[in-house]
Amino acid sequence: MNPASGLPRTVDEALLRLQERPDTVALAGCTDWMVRDRLARADAPPVIDLLAIEELHGIEEIATPPSEAKRPAGADADPTTPPPLLRIGATTTFGEIRVDRRVVEGYPILAEVASQIGSRQIQNRATLGGNLVNASPAGDSLPVLLALAAEVEIASPDGRRRIPYDAFHLGYRETALGPGELLTAVLLPPPPPHQAFRKVGTRAAVAISKVMVAMAAHSRQGRWSSMRIAAGSVAPVPMRLRAAEKVCEGAPIDVETATEAAEAAWGEVEPIDDVRSTARYRRWALSRVVRRLLLEM
Amino acid sequence: MKVHFILNGKAVEAEGRPTDRLLDVLRHVFHLTGAKEGCGEGECGACTVLLDGRTVLSCLVPLIQVDGRSVITVEGLAATEKGHAYLERFALKGGTQCGACTPGIVLSGAHLLQEHPHPSHREVAHALAGNICRCTGYQAIQRALSEEPEAVLDSTLLPAADAEREDGS
Amino acid sequence: MKHPPGILGSSPLRRDGLEKVTGAARYLDDLPAEGTWVGATVRSRHPHARIVSLRFDRTKAPADAVFVHAGDIDGVNGLQILDDRWPILASKEVHYVGEAVALVAAPTAEDALRAAAAVEVEYEQRPAVLDWEEAARNEPLYELALDEGRCEAILEAAANGDDGLILVEGEYFTGAQEHLYLETQAMLAEWVDGRLAVTGSMQCPYYVKNALQHVFSLGEDAVQVVGRYMGGAFGGKEDYPSLLAAHAALLARAARRPVRIVYDRHEDIVATTKRHPSHTRIRSAVKKDGTLVAARVDFDLDGGAYLGLSPVVLSRGILHATGPYRVPNVRIRGRVLRTDTPPSGAFRGFGAPQSQFAWERHMDRIGRRLGIDPLTLRRRNVLHPGDRLPTGQLMDASCGAAAALEEAARRGDFLRRWKKAEEDRRRDEPLGRGNRPVATGVGLSLAFHGAGFTGLGEHRMRSPVTVRLTAEGRLEILCAATEMGQGAVTVLPMLAADAAGLRIDDVLIHEPDTDVVPDSGPTVASRTTMVVGATAARAAHELVQRIVQWKEEQMGEAALRVEDSRLLGPGGEIGDFRELAREYLAAGQPDAVTVHNEPPPWQRFDEDSYHGSAYPTYSYQAQVIEVEVDTDTLQVRPTRAVAAAEVGKVLHEVQCRGQVEGGLLQAVGWALWEEMKRKDGQLLNDRMTTYIVPTFLDAPEMEVHLIEEPWEGPPHGAKGVGELPMDGPASAVCAAIENAVGIALDSIPATPERLLDHHIEAAQGGRR
Repeated sequence: MNPASGLPRTVDEALLRLQERPDTVALAGCTDWMVRDRLARADAPPVIDLLAIEELHGIEEIATPPSEAKRPAGADADPTTPPPLLRIGATTTFGEIRVDRRVVEGYPILAEVASQIGSRQIQNRATLGGNLVNASPAGDSLPVLLALAAEVEIASPDGRRRIPYDAFHLGYRETALGPGELLTAVLLPPPPPHQAFRKVGTRAAVAISKVMVAMAAHSRQGRWSSMRIAAGSVAPVPMRLRAAEKVCEGAPIDVETATEAAEAAWGEVEPIDDVRSTARYRRWALSRVVRRLLLEM
Repeated sequence: MKVHFILNGKAVEAEGRPTDRLLDVLRHVFHLTGAKEGCGEGECGACTVLLDGRTVLSCLVPLIQVDGRSVITVEGLAATEKGHAYLERFALKGGTQCGACTPGIVLSGAHLLQEHPHPSHREVAHALAGNICRCTGYQAIQRALSEEPEAVLDSTLLPAADAEREDGS
Repeated sequence: MKHPPGILGSSPLRRDGLEKVTGAARYLDDLPAEGTWVGATVRSRHPHARIVSLRFDRTKAPADAVFVHAGDIDGVNGLQILDDRWPILASKEVHYVGEAVALVAAPTAEDALRAAAAVEVEYEQRPAVLDWEEAARNEPLYELALDEGRCEAILEAAANGDDGLILVEGEYFTGAQEHLYLETQAMLAEWVDGRLAVTGSMQCPYYVKNALQHVFSLGEDAVQVVGRYMGGAFGGKEDYPSLLAAHAALLARAARRPVRIVYDRHEDIVATTKRHPSHTRIRSAVKKDGTLVAARVDFDLDGGAYLGLSPVVLSRGILHATGPYRVPNVRIRGRVLRTDTPPSGAFRGFGAPQSQFAWERHMDRIGRRLGIDPLTLRRRNVLHPGDRLPTGQLMDASCGAAAALEEAARRGDFLRRWKKAEEDRRRDEPLGRGNRPVATGVGLSLAFHGAGFTGLGEHRMRSPVTVRLTAEGRLEILCAATEMGQGAVTVLPMLAADAAGLRIDDVLIHEPDTDVVPDSGPTVASRTTMVVGATAARAAHELVQRIVQWKEEQMGEAALRVEDSRLLGPGGEIGDFRELAREYLAAGQPDAVTVHNEPPPWQRFDEDSYHGSAYPTYSYQAQVIEVEVDTDTLQVRPTRAVAAAEVGKVLHEVQCRGQVEGGLLQAVGWALWEEMKRKDGQLLNDRMTTYIVPTFLDAPEMEVHLIEEPWEGPPHGAKGVGELPMDGPASAVCAAIENAVGIALDSIPATPERLLDHHIEAAQGGRR
């Protein structure tokens, strides 16, 4: 506890505070939460500051628990040491993620999306955990986390648990986070060798996404395996393009596969018209970007 | 709540609600009106300040998160000898017209120059993409930052971020 | 009096530069808040409705809040612009979403918002006019016509294929544009002993003063208006500040203390004026070699709910409607249509960007039809000295249209790049099976802009400027010109110093305070440097001349002169100007000179037939803009812009370039991203998150070449430059997209969504 302000300095203290005052809002980078009018800010509920909690912050490699030390079929197997996971604390900013060596080398699409979120000023404040909990359909990092098969770590008064990202983000601005719970970290499994990402935004910077595509895959003898393709801003939550993935699975890495997957992607999304774009455009751009990324990945 | 922080190299304290915006605290409590509210939602960059040495949007920083940190505003930049010289050259080269975006632009620019003394055009564009300017078309700003002599770009450009804390907390 | 070397054409530090870069400049919202209350506005949520009831529920509002509605206006409930039918506060009906219905004020911003929430308005919705077709069926707000030659008969012949003529027809649209000045609208009003004092962010203090006199039935002496630092304007602070000033004044009267209103960004986007959307139809007759023979232009503007400045915007639009080209037979019809949307208003270019977008796209259409490249077609028709405009105006030797065209084409290597992109596109089909992720294209456009007020405007105003001596012996310019970033407070003293033989430090400029400065006219229409600056120069020259004459009489010596702030006689330096000026003042001599602008006597214009010289001179700009089109997403990235601007004479090079570069990007933004999306009269993109203006990363690299073809008039042949760069670039962007991917867009913004719609329609063998 901060002796001057009485504010929590540890996750346990924060959880206790959330139990005592269930309407308490846990603040992180605030780049979305502070965008509200003067009256809403004046009438805001009590807040705590997660940025002051050291254990929520930072990037580290952690050992894979032996029970989970399995690898995707077809990947080069190393029977001796299970590869480490990358644990990214919930309040790690995109500015930190953007330049972290382990991210840049192992998960380049995460570094890339981090560099395309808002502006430098936003990246210096916005946190990975905040992007997850905010659960916007246009949350930039979310399709990347889905493609990378990320898991999230949640702390509750009863202990900690880990769930896959797609079991976390349930609907439009709706997550699996229960009352009194905190998202504490994101865990990335060992990096897939092929990764690609594209954000189609409203302009070159400080843009909101119209369409996002993130993909990650392995390959063996010139064929795709373990393909995961995720799309953002085309549905209330980021979605896997399972038909496109299916086209790729075991298929040769070539133009025909890319084109066929693009057609499959076209057929499996139902985007909407909104202030930023049209359904027609989103579907068209999504399909073309899927093809392009498969050609370039 | 009461918060303590370093403002332009001096230890200060401010009283307010935890969700008060740093922008309002700077403007109304400390009368530092260089940082402007251009949009109030993190899109324009006119309220840019340095928080612990990094550029942030002061319209999105709640007071609760300023406690124990260091804040530098354009007034702090202007108060150092090298900062003032940098700013004067910036104006001479046409980097400011209406001036409303300028306090944010020059802080983003100063921060960039400290990290990259000879920035490429792309580096300037990336570093300043969060600062909207509606007057210049960005070209004069580009020229001003690309042509800044290296001699000014040392650590004395900005005020110290670690002034002595008076109360020792 | 000789010119001291190096004032004009040099680029001294701008007068307001240090205050702006150090954050010391105090804009309205930066003034100490103590003692002032904050005003807020209750706005219509419907595009058209009857106000059934309006009630302020004091039980829900902060105790001391004040409330003002239309019934509290005891003068005229109308904003005096060209007419006064735009209500200060809606009384019976509302005609746009965001129209002001009532006002509140309270000690703090929070309390003001709570008070606004306590105002209950009951509406009865009415059918609203929201689209072009319906607006065109109703009575227009305003109409204009211009006829020269025998246009219709020639078009008829071309339609029949007679006389070797070809008929080319096209239809063009441009959208509304938000100014997005970084400083939102802001105003402070206070009543002291029955006298009203207003200060804030405004281009035209005397417009505000006149409007306030009208609303409150006050005499000239009872209103003082002071323009402050302006955080950008671009025309958006020409008309609207008068409304805001009236609101602040009403609240200040009710609250019996100073009240300020500072819009937040959302409110500013929703409520204030925009660039007029336009719809242009062109029928033209051309020879096979591309020579223009006749053109009929039907130019419609969406004026929004009230007339505002629309007639003069329309006028400028039609006077530029055939660009800087020879078109011997012309028939132009212009209309301002009425819709239930916020009034359209002044925005950099003032109608000329809209009409010249259509014309330049039409030139490209003609070229495409005849198989003539864009440069050759323009060369064949560009205005040269001795040619005439559709108004009959004879182009003098300063007509720099061809010079600008050639310079931009050469510096931008236009023809070679254009032809290469044409070949690449035909070969690769970038949007078909072609595998190139990016297609590159280049576009060319040429436009012109008349400097100063249209027609006889400057003759009527005969703008006065006063120059007086300060006690320390410096000159001070008194005029109503305002500083919005363009650099007036720097260039005007430069011109005066140059004319008077003084160093620029010896010339000051007074803030635009209507209690002190004469009405030298509004700061609009690219007129400030050319008209007010030239007049200030004459006044300064005149005053120093009088001082010198007085000294000659005192000394009994002739042939004295002032150079570089030194008094010189035949035998050399006699003294310093400031000393001389103080001596002159001490002798009780008159300390000020007022002179009036004298437009060239030959500039005559018939406002009924639209014949004559609408402007004394024109500036010209050509640009070559290169784009990269992402063939997967149809996102367009402008990569490079080479512009050649013919501006008569460059007075302050840094500021002159700043105008061209800034205007160019504003035009590129209008061409590619900026769009006001409405549904049922509601603005959908009413925040900076969704109204997309270019960031640093969106801006092309620019190369600006300034060309000087001085006209015969003052100052030194300089022509207005503020609006010129807005006129041409949008068409060049569309031409570049066409060159890259073959989508010939005739409406902007060229968003990826619009490009896709066009592409799909074309692929389906649609209308074109």
